[in-house]
Amino acid sequence: MDMVTLNHVSYQYPLESGEVIRDLSLTLEAGRVYGLIGANESGKTTLCNIIRGFIPALYKGKLTGEVRVKGRPVEEYADGELATIIGYSFQNPFTQISGVKDTVYEELAYGMENIGVPREKMVERVDELVRIFHLEELVRKNPFELSGGQKQRVALASMLALDPELVILDEPTSQLDPQSTDDIFEIIQLLKQQGKTILLVEHKIDLVAAYCDDILLLHQGKLVMQGSAQQVLTDPKVLDYGGQLPQAALYFLARRAQGQPADRIPLTVQQAYEILKK
Amino acid sequence: MAYLELKNVGFAYPNGFQAVENVSMSFELGETVAIIGQNGAGKTTTVKLMNGLLRPTQGEVLVEGQSTKGFTTAQIARKVGYVFQNPDDQIFQESIYREIAYGLIKQKRSADEVKRRVEYAAGLCGLSDALQEHPYNLPYSKRKFVTIAAIIAMDPQVIILDEPTAGQDRISTELLGHIIDELGAQNKVVITITHDMEFVARQFKRVIVMAKKQKRRDGTPMEIFWDEPLLQMSGLKQSYLCQLANLLGRRNVLTIDDLMEAKL
Repeated sequence: MDMVTLNHVSYQYPLESGEVIRDLSLTLEAGRVYGLIGANESGKTTLCNIIRGFIPALYKGKLTGEVRVKGRPVEEYADGELATIIGYSFQNPFTQISGVKDTVYEELAYGMENIGVPREKMVERVDELVRIFHLEELVRKNPFELSGGQKQRVALASMLALDPELVILDEPTSQLDPQSTDDIFEIIQLLKQQGKTILLVEHKIDLVAAYCDDILLLHQGKLVMQGSAQQVLTDPKVLDYGGQLPQAALYFLARRAQGQPADRIPLTVQQAYEILKK
Repeated sequence: MAYLELKNVGFAYPNGFQAVENVSMSFELGETVAIIGQNGAGKTTTVKLMNGLLRPTQGEVLVEGQSTKGFTTAQIARKVGYVFQNPDDQIFQESIYREIAYGLIKQKRSADEVKRRVEYAAGLCGLSDALQEHPYNLPYSKRKFVTIAAIIAMDPQVIILDEPTAGQDRISTELLGHIIDELGAQNKVVITITHDMEFVARQFKRVIVMAKKQKRRDGTPMEIFWDEPLLQMSGLKQSYLCQLANLLGRRNVLTIDDLMEAKL
């Protein structure tokens, strides 16, 4: 099933000249993990906002082309309805925390409260989230007392409270240390196992290579490369577009440039090891 | 003599929470140094102690051999500049030019000097074409460069960058490396907090590891990334290339060039 389809979509922010998304068409299939990559200002966050319907609903501006979620034009959805299908985690976890709840426990229930989920169901679901995200020690704390990594975990958990089918994660780890980053990627792995469709904006390309099925590379608002992680993230053209390649691929490309055997370019340290140990 | 020195410095918040314990470190002019460690390890507290945003509750901070105890934060900040982790904690002017010029104008520098310093700092940070824009029209990554330029413009001898690599793409990270090299070549001390281990491995000759409120190690990236017990107790990981070399039973590899030389 196609979770999202974009047909010739272009977008221009209000009061600004020039399109930030240019004639972009793509399909996100249900159950796959997509890595959305590209230089800063290439249009990644804008594209996420278009898929979520925040553009044009909140940002106005000029949107052309067709955006469909589960086959239905996005503008036909009531916003509450779209919120239950698409979970969106903003770049900055501080933006995600509601600011009106005194404890993490209530914060986790906030989205469900807004759409009128019955109390018993709400409690059941929050308890489940606490378990999945290992939030036992945080539930009584004020969300604003938490460290960056903890806030990000709470933000993700509260986003998942409504059990969305598509999860959009806009740089979920940019403020996090390596350990907390691994924790977030474990959650991504878990979501993948649950069959969620995931669109992940992320600069940490070695992790993108390890966790994403498919890659979408944006350059100046255009979708310039797309394909499996293996196809895209071993292609030096990515560098020309301001993107990055994983370290394992860069090393094998350097080997190839020096005439050493490098038939297959690996994506991860583990794959590179498998090739080299022979 | 070290330009900046922390001597057995500790810091406890008024509520009694001890954020940093018994930290000693010193920096010579021209040194560029990375500080790494988990969130909550005490990195940001340590660097805020360096420029007087926080005052040590134990030990002392010396700049040019002199204790900073009797000096105001503004006086210390003329020598030790700190770029905030979150650019929005720092930005408040309505154009990028004014944002970068603000500190200089406040210090009553001549109009000529203000213009010259702003243009230099903006040029170094890739902002020459954006000087008349409103800082909030820029994306996060560029706002971060605005705050870096604002500190560089003030020309302090020590420049502290708190997680400048967060959310940066490859080209911005390369620009950051260039800025650090350039400042080091001008005999500044540049202290950079970062979580990007690949960047640390490429960019720095000296790395300080902090964990659980204390300094745990001060050494070269080669020493740090091959000290596995240290990494484990600090919640850190080897860079990817080190991980690969490790799996292959090699040691003392840091960069792609090192791996090429190892002829695997």
